[in-house]
Amino acid sequence: MPATQTVPAAARMFLSGNDAVARAVWEAGTRVAAAYPGTPSTEILEILSRYSGLHTEWSVNEKVSMEVALGASMVGARAFCAMKHVGLNVASDALMTMTVTGTEGGLVIAVADDVGMSSSQNEQDSRYWGRFAHVPVLEPADSQEAYSMTLAAFELSERLKSPVILRLTTRICHVKGVVHTGERIEVEPKGFVKDPRHWVMVPGNAKPRLPSMFERESAARAEAEVTPLNFQVDGSDRRIGFVTSGPTFMHVREAFPDAPVFKLGLSCPPPLESLRRFAATVDAVLVVEETEPLLETEMKAAGIACHGKDVLPRIGELAPDVLEPAVKRLRGEVVPEPEHVPPQQVFPRPPTMCVACPHLGVYYTLSQMRNVIISGDIGCYTLGAGHPWNALDTCISMGASMGTALGMDKGRGKVDENKKVVAVIGDSTFMHMGMQGLLDITWNRGNVTVLLLDNRAVGMTGGQDNPGTGRDIHGEETARVDFAKLCEALGVKKERIRVLDPYELPVLFKALREETKIEEPSVIITNRPCVLIDHYQPAKSYTVEEDRCTGCGNCIEVGCPAIHVTRRDKVVKASGKEVDLSFVRIETSACTGCGLCVQPCAPEAIVHADPVQSVQSVQSVQFVRK
Amino acid sequence: MSKITNILVCGVGGQGVMTATEILAEAAISLGFDVKKTEVAGMSQRGGVVTSHLRFGDVVLSPQIAPGEADLLIGFESAEALRWSHMLRPDGVALVNSGRIVPPVVNLGLFDYPEDPVAQMRALGLTVHAFDASSLAIQLGNIRLGNTVMLGACADRLPFPAEALRDAVLARFGTRKPQLVDANRGAFEAGRRAVAGEALAATES
Repeated sequence: MPATQTVPAAARMFLSGNDAVARAVWEAGTRVAAAYPGTPSTEILEILSRYSGLHTEWSVNEKVSMEVALGASMVGARAFCAMKHVGLNVASDALMTMTVTGTEGGLVIAVADDVGMSSSQNEQDSRYWGRFAHVPVLEPADSQEAYSMTLAAFELSERLKSPVILRLTTRICHVKGVVHTGERIEVEPKGFVKDPRHWVMVPGNAKPRLPSMFERESAARAEAEVTPLNFQVDGSDRRIGFVTSGPTFMHVREAFPDAPVFKLGLSCPPPLESLRRFAATVDAVLVVEETEPLLETEMKAAGIACHGKDVLPRIGELAPDVLEPAVKRLRGEVVPEPEHVPPQQVFPRPPTMCVACPHLGVYYTLSQMRNVIISGDIGCYTLGAGHPWNALDTCISMGASMGTALGMDKGRGKVDENKKVVAVIGDSTFMHMGMQGLLDITWNRGNVTVLLLDNRAVGMTGGQDNPGTGRDIHGEETARVDFAKLCEALGVKKERIRVLDPYELPVLFKALREETKIEEPSVIITNRPCVLIDHYQPAKSYTVEEDRCTGCGNCIEVGCPAIHVTRRDKVVKASGKEVDLSFVRIETSACTGCGLCVQPCAPEAIVHADPVQSVQSVQSVQFVRK
Repeated sequence: MSKITNILVCGVGGQGVMTATEILAEAAISLGFDVKKTEVAGMSQRGGVVTSHLRFGDVVLSPQIAPGEADLLIGFESAEALRWSHMLRPDGVALVNSGRIVPPVVNLGLFDYPEDPVAQMRALGLTVHAFDASSLAIQLGNIRLGNTVMLGACADRLPFPAEALRDAVLARFGTRKPQLVDANRGAFEAGRRAVAGEALAATES
């Protein structure tokens, strides 16, 4: 990836919400932008890193990214950080005091909720943070608004001296639309002003600042009543007036083109008086909000009668096909049977690990072990919970594998006393929040075997760099973490730290057996890169010699998607036991020769392919690096 | 409200579903339409299900196509086309790559791959044009041409001239990989011919 690229001039552009936010952050003259990758927000910083004139970085976690942005704001620079919804939980410690200090240079926090949960562990509603932290929340409804509201957010932040939250959802981040853009302005930082009463938040300084936080909130409340970001669309069908924010505005306009709509752009603090006036002009009000009944509750508390989650789902997106039947029922109308064909039952196609993924060997080995509890974490390796391995027992939050493993170890009773506790975590997750947990394990004498899967990438979000790769967001060389030394520094004995090749199954199996027997913390670090990044070197591919395959199916247990069953059979053993047989072939054009499937193949039927590779199906393009 | 065209593209992570939809969008933009495009692709790079919604017309509001509202369903994989067939309007058209990508859960024997997804779609009363775009791409020299073949296949079923889409395909390769322009031009026309031939055979039989 080039460090910078020629920035397209102001134009009519086809941009995703993430792209539009990045463009506006750049145009706003922002000097510092930081993030930790997280779907659906990742692309904002990826795109920003290609612009020139500002510092961009992957931070080790969201809290650090927010603190970096705050520091830049303190010196008077415009600053930005982006994160997914759960990232703001991590960053909230900084947020909750930043709102007491207030900000200097404009500071915008983009937080992307995964409404519909395409790639997250929960569906929390980030709009709550606006109420909790007393900061304004802006909610764009499409790419054009994502662009213009980002610019508005900087202006509002500087006027109110408050951080501003830009609440996005998957259906904003990953939707492309036409956007009219502008040019960058340069904003020279005013400089840091030493003022302990402003920036040193000890009780004596913080207490006198609390009223200013509420004054800012009042100013924002007054602004919400008059800003053009909140507006009304008139309609002739006044039976139901809709109150919407974010992408639901477009869904409501699509489904009910004749209905009056109140559209919230600056949705926190809510413009309750404007909403009251709107409610008086329609027969009934329906609040359409993803996901919690937040506005609905606030409107009801203000004495504005409305419907909301009594007729709409509290979970998932409120797309037109969800809204239409709900509104029909509310109006007492009959919901017609759909005319289109009903959904067809087709096998599930869950995400899989890639061909030759270094995690395959780890999970194959774990799946062969008995009496283990495997505490998991967040990343590609969470897929180890699926077939065929079924070798991951928990997944909660970033870095949680460490603490939950220790808690299991300390809390277990007789029924679990002979079980081994193993924690599995990836390199980037370890540095995000995992290493503190490992420190807790060593400090409190836990008996946990940690598998640290170092694939030199933030794999699940697209292979971004991290402190373990020795490269920054621009791909340029920088300091590189030595995981073995880091674990030693965190208190793991040197002899309990092993660095292994995850493609060598016997070595991995032996190490796991030995380390789980020893009753003290140990760390097994695997050292092979993600197959989707440029560190990865493919090797000579394999094929199956058909006449030697006995159909034992051992290779299938590795879980590589390049292995396909060609036919099934059954045999009755001498013992009378019926055994299923699965004869296989390898999709040679997809195989990159990791050799994992060769190892459990007793009849040695898996051999290197001829130089002329056969291409048999579209599978071959499935895991080609972008 | 003026007519909006709804195109749903579906397939498996890594097949180029999103790129193909992007090119369709670029063609629509070049003709001055308002366009919105959205994906549902959580962890799609990992071999999961991918769908991409494309809507264009005078003014597009919601980016999502509702079930039963797609004018055109472009299936990059046959079981995926079947999975999303409820998105098609009763009078819509499905263009399907009859090539298969069998997932690990089927190889493990946990689920069955449908015997003939295209026949199943036709039995539902849907208009389906199917051909093996994967094999055609391999014949043309590179499996990765499959996605240009599929774009060629839909080119004569759009509310704008096929040339606009062809130009968008070639413009993309012209700037990124000029050496692939001729191969893609060939793949595009091969896709067009394949679906025309298939449609003709279907009328004759």
